[in-house]
Amino acid sequence: MVTAITFYILAAVLVTSGIMVVFSKNPVHSVLFLILAFFNAAGLFVLLGAEFVAMILVIVYVGAVAVMFLFVVMMLDINFAELRKGVMEYLWVGLLIGFILLLEMIFIVGGWNMTDGIATTITAATPPINEVTNTEAIGRILYTDNIFLFQLAGLILLVAMIGAIVLTHRKRDGVKKQNIGDQVRRRRDDAYEAIDVKPGSGI
Amino acid sequence: MEIGIEHYLTVAAMLFTLGVFGIFLNRKNVITILLSIELILLSVNINLVAFSSYMGDLVGQVFTMLILTVAAAEASIGLAILVVYFRNRGSIAVEDIHLMKG
Repeated sequence: MVTAITFYILAAVLVTSGIMVVFSKNPVHSVLFLILAFFNAAGLFVLLGAEFVAMILVIVYVGAVAVMFLFVVMMLDINFAELRKGVMEYLWVGLLIGFILLLEMIFIVGGWNMTDGIATTITAATPPINEVTNTEAIGRILYTDNIFLFQLAGLILLVAMIGAIVLTHRKRDGVKKQNIGDQVRRRRDDAYEAIDVKPGSGI
Repeated sequence: MEIGIEHYLTVAAMLFTLGVFGIFLNRKNVITILLSIELILLSVNINLVAFSSYMGDLVGQVFTMLILTVAAAEASIGLAILVVYFRNRGSIAVEDIHLMKG
């Protein structure tokens, strides 16, 4: 009973904040509602018994992705009222397509059930929760059976990092930087000059 | 009252629909389109974790982490492109992005 009430509260807030993400006039509000949606999705994950993924969701999405969105939204000086123009033009097309999509997916979910032989296809069965915690169970299969997925994730992050740096890096004038080659190449003759000054006269 | 897998799948379907709808509604605003894509990926994650939990198979949660990684990478690259585009053009309207037409 408590589970059902918690589920309905979390799901209601999740869907409502999803609606607000789409309909907010100000993108800053959209991002903040997206953070709320992520928190509620993490709550749903905890309800499903996937604590590790829930915490990762909060850390990665709320801590990194949403903050990055906030930075970009606040950094760029954009006239958002200009961008909102003509939104209502496509409202009905969007509503129609969304309605059809939702109807189709609810039909699929409604007329669907697991087949009997599904238990034989399980590759990594969840160990009993009172013996092994969720985090430990994931750790046991993540670094052994699924090591390629793990390394693939690392490579994706590396490529994304390099891409983001290469894209946004720019050369600016007037910035003093250390050039180690110049420093090493510097000789005594470059650094000072001996001038023979006669007594009584200036340079 | 028992909460079955269908409940979670329905919530995920609603989120997915909202994401697609958001892309249609905010055609001009790249930031909102990126936020809608995040919503869609979140709904996929909910689906994966729900199936993982109800079938007792942990691999679904491993895949969830992979999708999380891809979503973070996609958001960072998308925002980097957005910042560079804004620096060059001074606007982020999708309709202005036709530089490749020559």
